[in-house]
Parts: sequence; C-alpha cells; structure tokens
Amino acid sequence: MSQNDQVIHLPMPTDGPLEPPAEWERLRGQCPVATVELPSGDTGKLLTRYDDVRNLLTDPRFARPTTTDNGARVAPEGAGGSAATGDYELAIPENGEPHLRWRRQVGKYFTAKRMRALRTGMTKTAESLIDDMVDRGRPGDLKAALGFPLPVYVICDLLGAPAEDRERFSYWSDAFLNVTRFSKDETRAAHAEFIQYMTDLIAAKRAEPGEDLLSMLIKESEAEGEGMTDPELLSTGMGLLVAGHETTANMIGKMIAMLLADRSRWERLLADPSLIRTAVDEALRYDANLGGFGIRRYLTEDTNINGELLPSGTTVFCALPSANRDKNTFTNPDEMDLTRTPNPHLTFGAGPHSCLGQSLARTELQVVLETLLHKLPTLALAVPTDELQRVEGLLVGGLREVPVRW
Amino acid sequence: MKISVDETKCCGAGQCALIAPDVFDQRDDDGIVTLLDPEPPQDHHSTVREAAAVCPAAAITLDDIQDA
Repeated sequence: MSQNDQVIHLPMPTDGPLEPPAEWERLRGQCPVATVELPSGDTGKLLTRYDDVRNLLTDPRFARPTTTDNGARVAPEGAGGSAATGDYELAIPENGEPHLRWRRQVGKYFTAKRMRALRTGMTKTAESLIDDMVDRGRPGDLKAALGFPLPVYVICDLLGAPAEDRERFSYWSDAFLNVTRFSKDETRAAHAEFIQYMTDLIAAKRAEPGEDLLSMLIKESEAEGEGMTDPELLSTGMGLLVAGHETTANMIGKMIAMLLADRSRWERLLADPSLIRTAVDEALRYDANLGGFGIRRYLTEDTNINGELLPSGTTVFCALPSANRDKNTFTNPDEMDLTRTPNPHLTFGAGPHSCLGQSLARTELQVVLETLLHKLPTLALAVPTDELQRVEGLLVGGLREVPVRW
Repeated sequence: MKISVDETKCCGAGQCALIAPDVFDQRDDDGIVTLLDPEPPQDHHSTVREAAAVCPAAAITLDDIQDA
C-alpha cells in the first residue's frame, strides 16, 4: 500500500490507559509520513519517527499554524478550546527575530538557577497538599489533591496573583484547553473574564511592582527602551497558564501512575532517591498519552520529508510520544528504565519553540516525586492499572483520576 | 574534552545548567547559555556528554578526541 492510500483518524485508539497506540510502531516502520483526519474533518500529515519529528521541530522556518494560515483545525466548528481552534490570537510573536526577542525576555525568568530557587517554596506547597490529602483519608485522588493544584499555585505565584484567586485560574485553564466539555459561549465568557482579570492585575503591577514575572517584564522591557504592551503581557500570562497548568497537572498524575503500575519502580526509587532526576525524564519519555493530536507545524513552503514532497500549506502533526518510542534512538524503547541516560526525548519539543517552561516543569515533577517518596513511602494505586481512565477531549492527555492508598 | 556552545542556536531551556551546573550557566539578562568551564575535569565528562546529548537546540558541541 502506498503512503497516501490510508487515512489515519486522530486520536488513535489504545489497548490500555498507559499503553501507546499499536499503530505507531507500524507507522514508524512502514508509513512515517501518514495522512490523518482530525475530528474537525480537516486533514494533515502525521510524523511518527524520531528523526523526522526532531528535524521538523528544529526547522526555524516553521511554527504552529496561526488563524490566518488556514491550517488544519483540530476541533469541529462550535466546540470550545481556544488552544485547539486558534480563535484567540495571542499577541506573542510566532516566529523569527521578534519571537526570539520575546522568548529571551520571558525565558530569563525560567533559568535553571531561578527554578532551583523556587524549590523550597514548591516543596512546602507539595507537603501541605499531601497533608490535606492524608487528612481526608484513604483512598485519595492524587491528581485532584496534588497534580492539579500544585502547578496552578506555582503559576499564580509567578504572575504575582493572590492565593485566593487560584481556583479561578484553575477554571479558566480548563476552559481554554478543553475541546468538548465547554461550549463556545462558555469558552468566550471564560476568556473575557480572564482578560479583565489580567488587565486589572497588570495595571496593579504597573502601579506597584512586586517580585513577580509580570513586574519584571514591565520593568526590564521598559529599561531596554521598548516596554511590553498590555496585550503582550496579557498574552504572556495566558500562554503561561495554558502551557503550564494542565500539562504539568496531568504529567504529575501520569508519572505517579506509571511508577506505581509496576511497584518495583517505586521501590527502586525509595532505595535510591538519586534516580529521581533520570526517573522524571524517563516518565516524560515513556508517557504515551501526551494528547491525541501532537504538536502542529504549518508548512509555509514546499518541504521534503523522508522522500515525500509536502506542499506549502500542509499542516503536519508531530507524534512526540511515538518519536520517544523509536528504537533507532532509544534502546529497549518500550521499557521504562529509570536510569536512562542520556534521554533526548521530545516531550518538550525541540528547537526554537521548545518548551520555555521545561526547567519549571522538571523542577515541579522532581519536587512532587521527592516529596511523595519521603512522606508516603507506602503509596500504591488503589485500583488495577487497567481501570484508570483517560481524560477525553483535552488537547493535553491525562488520567481522569489517580486513586491511591498509603 | 573541549566544549563549545552556539549562542545563536541556544533556546534557553536550561537543561545543561540543570544537569551540569558546574560547567554550564545561563545569562541573567536573557537565559542564554554561558560556559563556566570550557575544558572541565574528567569527573564532569559524563554529565557534560548528557547535557550535550539532550540539548533541545543541539547548541553544545564536544571536541572529545583525547578521551576516546
């Protein structure tokens, strides 16, 4: 069969909540540039091999589709999820020199050094969330008790938003990312609320700067001569929430579920906590449930990928977790090896658009794992692994609940 | 071992500074990589190799011949 004969429907079915679609291996072997159809009915191309995905992601010519690009849409008309439809254009430059400038202005807030400095506060937050879960009694839902609140608390702190507004941030974050649960009107309303909230917050920071990211961006971009505008600051805040909440929240749940699904993994970490760093990156690599659609790239010129000429105007979907299981890059890719080094997985992307917050995410995941191992060494899944349920409808893959006992 | 970094490729992800903080750092004003020690002693070589291998922008190059 030629590569063009078969259309793959995204998202692809899997055999279990933590399992990869069986189809990936066949695609990597036989059809590395596949034709896919989205729930919207639009079509695109799907890359499943490590080298192809990495090459496209690091190609500075291309970025994700914008509203003016006419790229393939993920969600059908009328379904919510601004991140899915690109209905709301962020005032963040998408490509080239302006993108680089924005990235460096914001990126300096996310250096490894700064993230290390946040560790102590994060550990305290994690400890108090775990204490609350323990107080409520067994079994607990680790995702709701720890995975979901921790990253949103961290983002609120970064933005300098008061603690009492954390629940509102959680709701907005959900409304921006969920493709099916919210109507278009609800998504619009959430968006309007968020804009109003952030506009007020930015005004407050302009009047009275603090130690937070927004205050720093206001101050330093002014010092450089070209102050960030309110829309740029607002988009930066929205970008951080959309990019940094559900992703990390779900990853916390999945990481712990994967480690407990075979409890010898958990025991190994209890015996040797120095493996926490490589274990976190291996969980990031091993996660087969990053989301049903992958990272998109819009081709603005004809491009040859793996011998196939893709015309300008094609939307390409990069299956990151499939690339992470490519046996040409990873030895025993279907084994979760907590000592794997180096681990050049693509879960945070690669190249000029690779995840700005990856040091933050890694730090949060390491803190969560370290704190749980320390406080709840007897932690175990409270249901059989195959009864874990995947989240439906989110662009970001995850588990609905991670029931645990201790 | 001799390390070189390409600042124009660097995307400031900070992986190198997390893995090998004695060898790599990030500039305070833009998060771009700086080399603290371009010719680090032997005991840092494995973390430096790891940092180079996982750099999302492939911005770290190693001249490794004498160690081979």
